[in-house]
Amino acid sequence: MNGVHDMGGMHGFGKVEPEANEPTFHAPWEGRVLAVQRAMRFTRAWNIDMSRDAQERLPAQLYLSASYYHRWALGMERNALEQGLIDADEFAVGHALRPGKPVARVMTMNDVGQAFTRGSFSRPPSQQARFKPGDRVHTKNINPASHTRLPRYARGREGVIEALRGCHVFPDSVTTGGGENPQWLYTVVFNGRLLWGPNVDPTLTVSVEAFEPYLEPA
Amino acid sequence: MSTDHHEHSELSETQLRVRALETILTEKGYVDPGVLDLIVEHYETKTGPHIGARVIARAWVDSEFKAALLADATKAIAALGISGGVGDHLIVVENTPGRHNMVVCTLCSCYPWDVLGLPPVWYKSAPYRSRAVLDPRGVLADFGVSLPASTEIRVWDSTAETRFIVVPPRPAGTEGWSEERLASLVTRDCMIGTGLPRRPEEISP
Repeated sequence: MNGVHDMGGMHGFGKVEPEANEPTFHAPWEGRVLAVQRAMRFTRAWNIDMSRDAQERLPAQLYLSASYYHRWALGMERNALEQGLIDADEFAVGHALRPGKPVARVMTMNDVGQAFTRGSFSRPPSQQARFKPGDRVHTKNINPASHTRLPRYARGREGVIEALRGCHVFPDSVTTGGGENPQWLYTVVFNGRLLWGPNVDPTLTVSVEAFEPYLEPA
Repeated sequence: MSTDHHEHSELSETQLRVRALETILTEKGYVDPGVLDLIVEHYETKTGPHIGARVIARAWVDSEFKAALLADATKAIAALGISGGVGDHLIVVENTPGRHNMVVCTLCSCYPWDVLGLPPVWYKSAPYRSRAVLDPRGVLADFGVSLPASTEIRVWDSTAETRFIVVPPRPAGTEGWSEERLASLVTRDCMIGTGLPRRPEEISP
């Protein structure tokens, strides 16, 4: 979707402000949000793509004004409601009013280690890769109202395949009920001036990680 | 919430809301608070850029390791025996005298947690996510870094589950240094590409 989360190339957000000696969490609730997210993903009630999708669908003003972990919390509320794991009246009172629904698994002390190492997103391909390194490609001009990982600044542009990264779970499909629908993933590199025009640094190149359905031969 | 709604700060409202979410999920049996405690403790005490620094220091002293790292980082790092291991799809890119790499996630805040820990606030913020792909030299200036105009800048937008870290060049004047000492020169920001390694004179002997 063409949301405010898709920030590449926007002006007006000001300077980057690094914080010296930044703590891991700025308040204890931030750590709880992170931990709840890890534990809920373990239940397989939702996955990383559904988390991102839920945050992107927050009202634009809220997305921009909420801090990172606050956004995570709001996204999780949405995921839990949409998956039928929590009902709205329970949020209203801050307690469970009925028993939980079955989930695939619940994280215990024994498998907590699995919260920390990322799983693999590789899946067996159903067909051969259409492109190879060195191929010139065009990114499609798409504007889906649903979740996609092709940023606006990289749509409808010509670039070059730099690397093939394997066949991965396709987020655009996962978030629209189409299942994992694995697709080949490529690093596609663009000349900065093709993206931004003549006033940009002439040495700049930018790459995105692009799924094959985003691409056509140039 | 009652009519004193406006007396709560945004923070305390968020706090209450997060507590409610955790309470409901716990009461319904989806999460175990003891497990949540362990997860928080892990991120507060075990992960961090010291893991990536160890990888970079090894690459500086061992050219075979560096070649393996650039070819398949997840596999190469597995050989270092880092506790818990490093997840799949990690890609290491090398800075050279003619080329500087910078990593961003414009769409959310994808970051190589396994090797750098949790991302700093600036990495997740709108200023960085918006500007890195359009004006990377301006972003570098915010970090006090200036590169020669002839140095090519390559920005990697982490739009899928691949994750990136940067290998900066080994600082001059570090001949004969141990890996451990070299690792003390490797900063988090130099592995993201918004900084340079410390120079030997910047650390105490």
